[in-house]
Amino acid sequence: MAGYFKADLVENSLLKTLRAFLKTMLDMDDIRSILVPCRLPMKPRIMPMLVSDASYLANADPIAPSFPLNSARIVSRLTRKTAGGVLAVVLRPCEMRAFVELVKLNQGHPDDLILVGLDCIGAFSNRDYAGIADRHDSDFSENYCWNVLSGKDTKTDGTDQTPACRTCMQPVPDQADIRIQLFGSRLEDGLCIQAGSEKGEQRLSRMQLKSSERSLQRDSAVEQVIRVRQSNCENMIAEVEQKTDSMEKLNRYLADCVNCYNCRVACPVCYCKECVFATDVFCHEPYQYLRWADRKGAIKMPTDTVFYHLTRLAHMSTACVGCGQCSNACPNDIPVMELFKSVSLRTQKIFDYQAGRDVQEKPPLTSFRENEYEDIVG
Amino acid sequence: MDAFEPSLIAFVCNWCTYTAADLAGTSRLYYPPNVRLIRVMCTGMVDPQYVIKAFLEGADGVLVSGCHPGDCHYINGNYKARRRIRLLKEILPRFGFDERRLRLTWIGASDGIEFSHIITELVEELKGLGPVQTQNSMVI
Repeated sequence: MAGYFKADLVENSLLKTLRAFLKTMLDMDDIRSILVPCRLPMKPRIMPMLVSDASYLANADPIAPSFPLNSARIVSRLTRKTAGGVLAVVLRPCEMRAFVELVKLNQGHPDDLILVGLDCIGAFSNRDYAGIADRHDSDFSENYCWNVLSGKDTKTDGTDQTPACRTCMQPVPDQADIRIQLFGSRLEDGLCIQAGSEKGEQRLSRMQLKSSERSLQRDSAVEQVIRVRQSNCENMIAEVEQKTDSMEKLNRYLADCVNCYNCRVACPVCYCKECVFATDVFCHEPYQYLRWADRKGAIKMPTDTVFYHLTRLAHMSTACVGCGQCSNACPNDIPVMELFKSVSLRTQKIFDYQAGRDVQEKPPLTSFRENEYEDIVG
Repeated sequence: MDAFEPSLIAFVCNWCTYTAADLAGTSRLYYPPNVRLIRVMCTGMVDPQYVIKAFLEGADGVLVSGCHPGDCHYINGNYKARRRIRLLKEILPRFGFDERRLRLTWIGASDGIEFSHIITELVEELKGLGPVQTQNSMVI
């Protein structure tokens, strides 16, 4: 396995090549639809679209540095039951990792799916991307992608990508059946596509692509990207740990939180069908609030803010894929991702677990070994 | 000023540690009155959120105590509890909680003496650690 294929560049454009590639896929008999980030017809914005008619692939833009939401949940919905046909989905690596976590929880089903992934060059926050998209023309995605791949600055109009993307150490779609390689490949010579699974190999070999070989610069190029992000990540973690190393500081860090729970809604791996914080458990009796206020002198309203974030850390930090949608969704710009990443790296490490790495690995809190962690007992 | 009396919340499983506490009582063994026992059917049902809530509400220490490995009435609840406590021991100290405030023990149904020892020892330790930092703050 791990066959390599090559698609000739269409009119020297990465975007046109990808659109042509997706069109070839959609033209295959058994593929019903493709889920792919597309430009909206009514506004220069990117959203995932479920495309059945190949002519709509002219709007597909999977290289736009825009990440409006984590599509893992959408794919989870689309695969809840048999849909009647095979679905190809173009996802970012972090979306695939989140989907793998959902599959483990029986909230996603990969059987009738073909996962198509591209090396991820990162994205801007929704707010920043909206401004950029309004100011630039339709060639922006293409130009930005080439610039980033050639090692130029990731900033545009003085704005940089989200902290989540700048600190992401898994920018390669290791879970995909079809992996489109951008890092370390000479795009001028064509688009390098690797089969990531038996399913992907079969699909690619039916697509009349030229066979190819592993690019020699690939590993070092990927390593280079990861090295930069790793150093960004270490700096970020050191900073956030210093800002939140006591409850008092954590309170200050979360002071702007209004309990809107957008971070939980945006989180692809917050897996509960009904969050306990949305239930009657937190519909306290009026006298309870008064008792708290009596005891402490004063309480901040709404209550349970720190409790909510700590609980979410305990519930889902082992499944956190670091996509940063929590920060993206926060109306008050609390650096939620930074906090969660600083904790999830620790909690995943103690269980020797990496969210989204392997669908066979059980979530750490659902499994156990008889002889482990004996030092914490007693 | 009055001497500091810590409050300790103990989640104890119905089948082992609660029975041990009962035995300690009927055997007239002494243990400090600082502990508030919360009987649960199994330590495997102690969601990390309960422990967090206890601390945020001002508990100076939390004890989770169940059956010895292999003795769980529900086969493996205590193993799952152990992972959750391991998780909390990674998360809480990150925000300045002293790890010693959270304890996990196995106390079998016949270990009334052991129960009285552990509560006494834990309350002494908490006295040394002083009040938890959330006691007087506005954290809820």
